[in-house]
Amino acid sequence: MTSLTTGLKGRAELGVSLLLGAAGVLVFLDANGLVTPYSKSDPVGPKTVPFIVAGMLVVCAVLLAINVLRGGKGEAEGGEDVDLEHPADWKTILPLAGAFILNILLVDWAGWVISGTVLFWGSVLALGSRHYVRDGFISVALSLLTFYGFYLGLGIALPAGLLEGIL
Amino acid sequence: MDVWSSLMDGFATALTPMNFMYAVIGVILGTAVGVLPGLGPAMTVALLLPVTYALEPTSAFIMFAGIYYGGMYGGSTTSILLNTPGESSSVVTAIEGNKMAKAGRAAQALATAAIGSFVAGTIGTALLAVCAPIVVKFAVSLGAPSYFAIMVLALLAVTAVLGSSRLRGFASLGLGLAIGLVGMDSVTGQRRLTFGQPLLADGLDIVVVAVAIFAVGEALWVAAHLRRTPLHAIPVGQPWMGRSDWKRSWKPWLRGTAFGFPFGALPAGGAEIPTFLSYVTEKRLSKHPEEFGKGAIEGVAGPEAANNAAAAGTLTPMLALGLPTNATAAVMLAAFTSYGIQPGPQLFTSQGPLVWALIASLFIGNFLLLIINLPLAPMWAKLLQLPRPYLYAGILFFATLGAYSVNLQAFDLVILLVLGALGFMMRRFGLPVLPLILGVILGPRIEGQLRKTLQLSAGDPAGLWSEPIAVGIYVIIGLILLWPFAYKLIRRNRPKNSPLLPANSGAADYSD
Repeated sequence: MTSLTTGLKGRAELGVSLLLGAAGVLVFLDANGLVTPYSKSDPVGPKTVPFIVAGMLVVCAVLLAINVLRGGKGEAEGGEDVDLEHPADWKTILPLAGAFILNILLVDWAGWVISGTVLFWGSVLALGSRHYVRDGFISVALSLLTFYGFYLGLGIALPAGLLEGIL
Repeated sequence: MDVWSSLMDGFATALTPMNFMYAVIGVILGTAVGVLPGLGPAMTVALLLPVTYALEPTSAFIMFAGIYYGGMYGGSTTSILLNTPGESSSVVTAIEGNKMAKAGRAAQALATAAIGSFVAGTIGTALLAVCAPIVVKFAVSLGAPSYFAIMVLALLAVTAVLGSSRLRGFASLGLGLAIGLVGMDSVTGQRRLTFGQPLLADGLDIVVVAVAIFAVGEALWVAAHLRRTPLHAIPVGQPWMGRSDWKRSWKPWLRGTAFGFPFGALPAGGAEIPTFLSYVTEKRLSKHPEEFGKGAIEGVAGPEAANNAAAAGTLTPMLALGLPTNATAAVMLAAFTSYGIQPGPQLFTSQGPLVWALIASLFIGNFLLLIINLPLAPMWAKLLQLPRPYLYAGILFFATLGAYSVNLQAFDLVILLVLGALGFMMRRFGLPVLPLILGVILGPRIEGQLRKTLQLSAGDPAGLWSEPIAVGIYVIIGLILLWPFAYKLIRRNRPKNSPLLPANSGAADYSD
């Protein structure tokens, strides 16, 4: 491991500082781009608050960077099912995000019943269940139930998509 | 109309068969979801928001009342039977509660929590019914400068007082305010932070933001650190209490209520401080101090009552001023606005029947909670055994469904994922989520009051302190901001105190 990576290891929090700074700059640039004539009925105008927020974000970014470089550390959140002993498990997260994205791409075209099935089935598998067939049945049942539940119970018509006419 | 007759009208509305049914459904849903590990009351309300969309506002809020107390009670069941509390307000309950459960007294722990919650919730709701109209009477006399000051106070207090790092709190607040800026400016119609994307012009739907930060962020975070071997939940039978348990519980219930309500009603009070104070008080007053740390019933009764009384207290500024001070109230306020109801002191006059029906259903929900949950406790305990893959896949599934059903736009799901990733990052690096949510909700309203104030004073910044109340509040804000520096000075001159809570309790460290 090079000295640079060891120097940065455990300092992933600097990324948060970077994100805050970037958000601050973005808010500033966006507000700066607004064109508004001065109006007597609105002396504050639409720019003031974004400028304050941008300033706050940049100041937080700088202070956080200093805090982290001095050895400060945000305390990761615990919980009933959280085990902080082992590092973040990307083999779970990435497939999970994948299932989520598939749902976004599919929902309008294929309809909720199909995309919801993909979402639940994909998530359960990503989270470590290995009952492929049983999980498949549960996913289909859950999607169908919510589809009809929302339609009949709440009057919200989720998209039927490819199954239009069948459902 | 006086409080009593308004409240009776509220009961008349809430007790119609249909509305009563919604209250029952709300309590059951709220408890069921609240019991699930990883789901706190705020997340419970956020996830169940879409279910109420098809209902008319009154029925929806009656259901909310049930969900609110149900979710709260469900959370304490989890912390007693599993030991690792889902949220900070249950930390103290878990200390003694889980010890009692391990010693075979789970039934008594659950019973004192349930009955204590009922007692505290009933007294708290009664205080709410009495106090809220008084606060309203005072609040209607306030002008824009005072409102601006009060909202700034609420934001800064929540950010600076709660949580372990003020810096990270402010970072979170800044992000929330930035998210709140997205969309059309209400005065000039200018588009801010929309990046030419027409779907962003109406701003981000607060429900989508709340579900993303609470539910998706949490599910992703837990997924990344899922316990390989789930915690063992302690099985439990029908909750009951013996004579001596009653004798040891009733005083802590009342004292807990006395701590909880005022703290809940303050901006930035929250439930952490009163539950902690109640625990310390009971430990000091107890005739069985040796039992503390080994499962003392007073240590469950007091903090649980404080927690529930604080929950009722929180509703006072929420209903009377439109000021949410905890995450659950923030999400409920979001629900108000999504029904086109303007929160604020006018609420009691413009939506009087609705507000009183809501308060009446809080009483009803509280009572239902007691008669439903005591017999159903063994069943709730079984919910804790739900295999984790199904639980967290289910959270993602219902979060998606909820966010999508608001506008039926796949674009909202993209926002859900992006903000969910933000929620994940915040949990990873210890940024508290509450300031962000409050920033999103209060940010636009603070800006509105600021512009109104300066419009009235024709651009003169002195308009900001033109009301005595506003000046007083700025003094308080100054004290809150300077407090840690003063605290450091005091502490330097004094030897370090030993911590009052056991080291492994996981309670937040308030020093910076």
